[in-house]
Parts: sequence; structure tokens; C-alpha cells
Amino acid sequence: MKHEIVEKNVGLLAVLILVAISFGGLAEVVPLFFQEDTTEPVEGLEPLSALELEGRDIYRREGCVGCHSQMIRPFRAETERYGHYNVAGEQVYEHNFLWGSKRTGPDLARVGGRYSDDWHRAHMYNPRDVVPESIMPAYPWLFDNTLDGEATPKKMRALQRLGVPYTDEDIANATAEVRGQQEITALVAYLQQLGTVFEGTR
Amino acid sequence: MNNLWGDSLSSFWSAWIIIITLGTIGLSVWILLANRRTDKIPDAEGNVETTGHAADGIEEYDNPLPQWWFKLFILTVVFALGYLVLYPGLGNYAGILGWTQEGQWEEEVAQAEERFTPIFARYQEVPIPELAEDPEAMQVAERIYQNNCAVCHGSNAQGGYGFPNLTNDDWLYGGEPENILTTLNNGRNGNMPAWQQLGGNNIENLTQYVLSLSGLEHDEERAESGGNTYMAVCAACHGQEGLGNTALGAPNLTNDIWLYLAPGQTVGDSIRQTLRNGRNGHMPAQAAYIGEERVHLVAAYVYSLRLSN
Repeated sequence: MKHEIVEKNVGLLAVLILVAISFGGLAEVVPLFFQEDTTEPVEGLEPLSALELEGRDIYRREGCVGCHSQMIRPFRAETERYGHYNVAGEQVYEHNFLWGSKRTGPDLARVGGRYSDDWHRAHMYNPRDVVPESIMPAYPWLFDNTLDGEATPKKMRALQRLGVPYTDEDIANATAEVRGQQEITALVAYLQQLGTVFEGTR
Repeated sequence: MNNLWGDSLSSFWSAWIIIITLGTIGLSVWILLANRRTDKIPDAEGNVETTGHAADGIEEYDNPLPQWWFKLFILTVVFALGYLVLYPGLGNYAGILGWTQEGQWEEEVAQAEERFTPIFARYQEVPIPELAEDPEAMQVAERIYQNNCAVCHGSNAQGGYGFPNLTNDDWLYGGEPENILTTLNNGRNGNMPAWQQLGGNNIENLTQYVLSLSGLEHDEERAESGGNTYMAVCAACHGQEGLGNTALGAPNLTNDIWLYLAPGQTVGDSIRQTLRNGRNGHMPAQAAYIGEERVHLVAAYVYSLRLSN
């Protein structure tokens, strides 16, 4: 083939580039949509409660994912420190994933239950109060802001469409569950359930 | 259940992956070979015609692919095929080596177990007070402490607001080896109920009484009437003399050690806050996280802290 033809026709070049780079995705990504391991929840996995869901959105809003991963890889050094490595089935209700790609702070995939609620509150108010060496920013406004829960049912409805098994009752009660709660309460509720679906973290 | 990547691909998707993967490699090789030569032949002096492109007077020779580059490309193809034979990559085909991520992890863990289990097993047999005097064991234990406990109790073990100091001899749940072991293995839940319903006056009286217990400055008259309320309401947990009760985790009120004294807060204000709102202390159980052998070591470390003071 004359590569001159390809080089001199930008449209053809673009199409061929797209074809070439789609092979990776077609072989590596597409089959995952149809694989049981990645689409079936692990036993006991529950969708987040309304309060935890709001906490998750605060986690996203404050950019926690920029410094904390939620992805324990199957290496001993990681499983020793953080607990059992992550499996895909734990994450089927996650939209979007909060795996992260950088650990300035520790991994949080199994932080649920590790520390007390009081610890999380003190730590979020000013991390230096409990860990003097910490470089994590303080989030004192989470204690002043309260949730109104107006958008919570809509978020849950959207997740329901994506396949998260919320019942209509869950959605109807969402606003009442969330309204008036401090943002920190929601965030701590979210953190305290992270990774707890696996019994025995080792 | 704990597989990262099971063998659950259907044969369709398995074939899909195999065809795309091998097809891509085949296609690359075909493009490589198809472009290997040009139809322009060097003249007698070895000069090649240019492609005819010119930019600012710079022209481009139309040479075939350099040999070294061509061979390197072939080498990557050979590597890729070798990899796909040895390791998983082609759909459900597991590779001759049978390598898996979980397998590698299990191997790493097994190696570590083999190395460390005898050490921990040896420590496990030593009673805690004796272990606390073993400098080598305490070095190991301190690492475990710093990784798992320091987050709340501090790297110097002196605690903080709401997190007990482990270096003094004041123990909420008892400082004997078995008490420390229970605390570490099973965790603790401290619960001081709120007494808002007693009313502001009673709470103030009680506050003055509690201040008087550890000899702090207080209002004599109020403390006296607070004493009666104390006997009725508080003595059940904190004891008649305010010495606390380690079976319940009720703190000793006579030693001027205050778990919930915020920085800049007066002791009186802290007591008022406790009486009005109650307190909830929670120590998470550690056995599930670090295992009983390490708990045993950490217990010895905590026990040793008082020896060094």
C-alpha cells in the first residue's frame, strides 16, 4: 500500500487512527461489561443510604480523591496495611468510581470502622489536633453547612436508572433522612461504611 | 468470590479478545512488511530520490526503513507472542506459567508468613509483663503501634482530646495485661449519658462537686448540694468516692486527668459540657485488623509505656 494515500488524505488518516486505537479498548474494556466478576455485586453489598450518598458527594466536592485512593492492589505491602485487596464486585454500584490515582494520604478503600466517629470529626475539623504530623487540609466548614436534601431523591433516581437497586421507598424517604444534617455527619457516615462489606479485612 | 479476574468470560468474549489481540499484531506486521521497501532504487552513487516534499528548502529522502528499526519492531512482535504464550492475555487461555495476580499475592503472603510467623509465635508465648522488658520485641511492637494506634493515641502515646493517654497510670478499663488485651482485641464503647434533664442549677452544682473531688477551685456551697445529686445519679458508675470503675470504663474523677479537656478550655467548662451532652468514646476492635499475635505485642508495648515513666 502506498502510505502516500493515507498521508495526503486527512479524513482517511483520522479514520484509520481511530480504528487503530480502538483495538485496545475493544479487547481490554468492552468484554468487562459482560463479565460476571465486574457486573455482579459481591454478597451483602448494599447501595449507599441517602446520608452516605450525600457524604459521598461531599467527598467528591472537596476533592478527597485527589489525595486518597480507594484501590487496594494485590500486593502484600498494601494488604498488610489496608486490608483485603479490592475486587470489582464491591464497586458495581459506584458511579463514578473514586479509585483515585495518587496517595498523598493513605488509601481509604477499607477505612470504614477503623477509627471512631469522634476521631473523624476531630480529624476533619483540624487534622493536626489528632495527628500533629499531618499535612491534610482542615475542613471546618463541614461543621457549619447543613444539608437540605432537595437534590437527594434526584440523585438516587439517576443512580436507580444506572442499575443501583434503590426502592421507591428509599427515594421517597431520602430528603427526610438527610435534611438538617451537618455535612460532616454525612461524610463520616460515608467513610464509616467504606469497604465494610468484606468481613475480616485480612 | 475474591478473584480479580475469574475464568468467567464466555467463549464468545474469549474469542473476541483472541481475535483482536492476534489480529492487531498481524496487522502491525503486515504494515511493517508492506512499507519495508520503496520502489525507488538508489543510483550508482547511492543517492536516493526525494519524496518531492520541500519545506523551506529542506527535502525528504525516500529511504526504506532502517535495518535496526525494522529488526527492533520484529523483536517486539516476538516478545508479544512469547508473552501471550507464557502469561494470561488471550481470553480464557491462562498461559503456560499459570501466573495470576492473586497467585502472586498469595505467594508473597506465604513467604512473609513463613518468615514472620515463628517470630510472632515466639513472642506469643512470653507473658506480657516479661515481653514488655524485651527491647527487641518492643522495637517490633512500636512499629505496629505507630502504624495502627498512633493515629488516635499519638505517636508519643500521650493521647489527645477524647483519646486516652497511655503513658500515665490512669486506666479507663484497667491496666493489667488481660485488660489491655481485651481492649485491643474487642474494642471498647464508653458511654456517658447526657444529664440535660437535671436542669442548669443541678448541673452547675454537680460541676462544682466534681471539681472539688480532685481538689480544684470550686464553690463550696454548690459542691455540697451537688454531692447529694452525685450520690443519686453518678455514684452508680463513678463510685461513691469518685474513683471510677474499670469494669464500666467510668473514669476516676479524683486525679485531675481529663479526657475531654479541649485546648484552651477550663476544666469546669469541660465538665459542664460532659454533663449536658454526654460523651461517647469508641475504641475500634483491632483483632480483625492486625491479628492476635500482633495484638499481643502491642499490648506488651502499651504495658511497657508505664515502665518507662
